[in-house]
Amino acid sequence: MTGRAEQGGPETVRPSRSGARQASPGRIRLKRAGMMALRTLGSLAVTFLGLLIITFLIGRVLPIDPVLAAVGDRAPADVYDRVYHEMGLHLPLYQQFFDYVMRVFQGDFGTSVLTSRPVLDDIVRVFPATLELATIATILGVLLGVPMGVLAAVHRGRWPDHCVRVLGLFGYSLPVFWLGLVGLLLFYMKLDWVGGPGRLDAAMEDFFEPVTGLILVDALLQGDMEVFRNAVSHITLPAALLAYFSLAYIARMTRSFMLEQLAQEYVLTARVKGVSEARVIWRHALGNVMVPLITVIALSYAHLLEGSVLTETVFAWPGLGSYITSSLLNADMNAVLGGTIIVGGVFIGINLLSDLLYRLFDPRARR
Amino acid sequence: MTDLTSAAPLLEVEDLRVHFHTPRGAVEAVRGLSFTLGRERLGIVGESGSGKSQTGRAILGLTAGNGRITAKTLRFQGQDLLSLSPKQWRAVRGARMSMIMQDPKYSLNPVMTVGDQIVEAYRQHHRVSAAEARLRALAMLARVKIRDPERVFATYPHEVSGGMGQRIMIAMMLIPEPDLIIADEPTSALDVTVRLQVLAILDDLVRERGMALIFISHDLPLVSSFCDRILVMYKGRVVEDLKASELHAARHPYTQGLLGCLPKLDQRQETLPVLRRDPRWEHGTLEEVTR
Ligand SMILES: Nc1ncnc2c1ncn2[C@@H]1O[C@H](COP(=O)(O)OP(=O)(O)O)[C@@H](O)[C@H]1O
Ligand SMILES: [Mg+2]
Repeated sequence: MTGRAEQGGPETVRPSRSGARQASPGRIRLKRAGMMALRTLGSLAVTFLGLLIITFLIGRVLPIDPVLAAVGDRAPADVYDRVYHEMGLHLPLYQQFFDYVMRVFQGDFGTSVLTSRPVLDDIVRVFPATLELATIATILGVLLGVPMGVLAAVHRGRWPDHCVRVLGLFGYSLPVFWLGLVGLLLFYMKLDWVGGPGRLDAAMEDFFEPVTGLILVDALLQGDMEVFRNAVSHITLPAALLAYFSLAYIARMTRSFMLEQLAQEYVLTARVKGVSEARVIWRHALGNVMVPLITVIALSYAHLLEGSVLTETVFAWPGLGSYITSSLLNADMNAVLGGTIIVGGVFIGINLLSDLLYRLFDPRARR
Repeated sequence: MTDLTSAAPLLEVEDLRVHFHTPRGAVEAVRGLSFTLGRERLGIVGESGSGKSQTGRAILGLTAGNGRITAKTLRFQGQDLLSLSPKQWRAVRGARMSMIMQDPKYSLNPVMTVGDQIVEAYRQHHRVSAAEARLRALAMLARVKIRDPERVFATYPHEVSGGMGQRIMIAMMLIPEPDLIIADEPTSALDVTVRLQVLAILDDLVRERGMALIFISHDLPLVSSFCDRILVMYKGRVVEDLKASELHAARHPYTQGLLGCLPKLDQRQETLPVLRRDPRWEHGTLEEVTR
C-alpha cells in the first residue's frame, strides 16, 4: 500500500525525505515484477517436474513391456536380455528416472513403434498443424465471442441476448462430428467454396517444403500465394467449426462477467462524469471483464491445443490429437508419453502467458 | 452565466416519484418529493432506505433500468430534465451537475490509473490536449491537498487509502466545475479520523466556487453543521423542511426522534431511546402528525 504514507492528511505536513523519490510507483512495480517472474519460474519448474514424474510412472506401471514392444514377441531370450539392459531397466528406479529426465531435456522421447521414427520428429510434424488450427480458431472465437457476449449483456433479455443464447445452445448440443460432416458436404462437395479434407490439395502437398510447419506462415515466407490461398481454403472449415465452439463458450462467459461489472459502482461514476455509453461499456466495464476473461480464453486455447480428435478425424487433419489417439490405440507408449509431455508443456506455457496477461490487465495483481 | 440562473432557482423538483419494478411487485422509493434549490447547501437526512440516494440519482437521470421517474416539474437551470436526450444528458452530467459517491473503494475504476480517470472527467467536457488536461488534473489533485500529485496521478485506486480515494473522487467530480454537486454519504465509508479533513476540503471548494450542494447523510448533526437547509426524509417522502439553524425547533416527531437518538456525551445513558414509529408518518402532513 503505497498510499498509506498520505494518510497523515493535509494538516500533518512532513518534511520530505530524500528517499521519497525512490518510492515512485514505477520503481516499485518493476521490482515486484522481477520477484514475480522468479516465483513464476520456480512454480513452473516444479509443475514440469511433476509432469515428468507422472509420465515416468505411467510408463512403468502400464502392463506393456517396453522391451517386447521394441523387439517383438518372437525375439530370442538373449536379445531380450540385451535390450533390457540397454534400456537401463535393471537400474534402480531413481536412476532410471534421472536418465529419463536427462533424455527428455535432450528432446529424446524414444522411437515410435508405429512410425519407426523418433517421437520428437513426429511431434514436430503434427504439432504445427494443431497449433495453426487452434490459434486461428481462438482468434476468431475471441474476436466474435467477446463482442457478442458484451452485446448480450448490454441488451439483456432482448433479441441480441436471445440470439447469442440460441447460438450458444447449438454450440453445446450439436456433435462436432455431425457438424463437420454436414459442413464438408455443403461447403466442399455441393458449393465448392472451401477445400476438402487435409491441409492442402494432394497435388500441392508433395511439393510443399515445410519450414515452421505452419503452412500459412511458410507460404507467406516463401511468397507462394497459390499455396497460401489453398491452405486458407482447407483450414477455413475446421477452423470455423472450432471457432464456433470456442465462441459459444467465450460469449457466454463474457456475458456473465459483463453483467457483473455493469452493476458495479465505478460504472455509475463514469456515467455521472458524462462519459458516453459506448465508452462506459467498451472501456470501463470491458476493461474489468478482461481480467477474468483471460483465464477463460487461455483455457479454451489450451483445450484446442491438445488437438481435438474428432475435428482432426473428420477433416483428415494430421494434428496432435489424432497422433496421440492412434498411438494410444496401438499401445505405442513412447509416442503417447512424448505427446503427453508436449501437451503438459503447452498447458504450462499457456498458464504462464495468461499469468503475464493477467498482470497486464489487472493492476491489483501486480504485487 | 446568464442572469436567468441567479434569478430562477437552480433546481426545481415538484412531486418527484421513483418506482421500481421488481419480481415481487412495484417498490416506491421516492413518493412525491418537492423542493427548490438555489446556490445553497441542502442536506437530505433520513434513515437507510428512505430514498435519499434514489432522489440523487433521479436528479442525475441515472435511475437503474427497472426504475421509472415521474415528476410534475424537474428543472435544472431552467432546463426540463425529463425531456433530455441521452446526448443532452451527457452535456449536463459531469459538466453542470455531478455526484460524489459513498465509497471510493468501489466508485473508482480499479483498472484505470487515478490520473486517467480525472483526465477523462475533464476532457469529457473540455477540448484540450492530453498534456493540458494532465496539468489541470495535477493542479486539481493539489487543490484537494494531495501532497505529491505526480505520484498519486500514476497510482491505481487500490494503492490509495480511503481518505485519499475520496479526495481523488472530489477532484474528479469537481474538475469540470459543475454548478451543483450531490454528495451521497461522502464520508460514511471513511475512518473517523479522516472524515473531517475530507469534509473540510469539500466545504472549501463548494464555498470558493459558489456551487450548490446537496449533502445526503443519515447523520443529522453532521448535516446540520454542514448545510444551510435540511430536508428530512421518511419512507420516500419529505416529512420536514427546515433551516439548519432552526433544527432545535423541529416539529415532526421523526425529526425529534432522530435528534433524541443521539447519545449525549455529557449525560450517561444506559440505553438509547428507541424511535417509536407512528404509521401516520408514512402519509400524513406535518400538521396532521403534530396535531
Ligand atoms: N434497482 C432497484 N430495484 C428495486 N428497488 C430498489 C432499487 N434501488 C433502490 N431500491 C429501493 O429503493 C429504496 C430507497 O433506496 P435508497 O434511495 O438507496 O435509500 P437510502 O439512500 O436512503 O438509504 C430502498 O427500499 C431500496 O430497496
Ligand atoms: Mg443511500
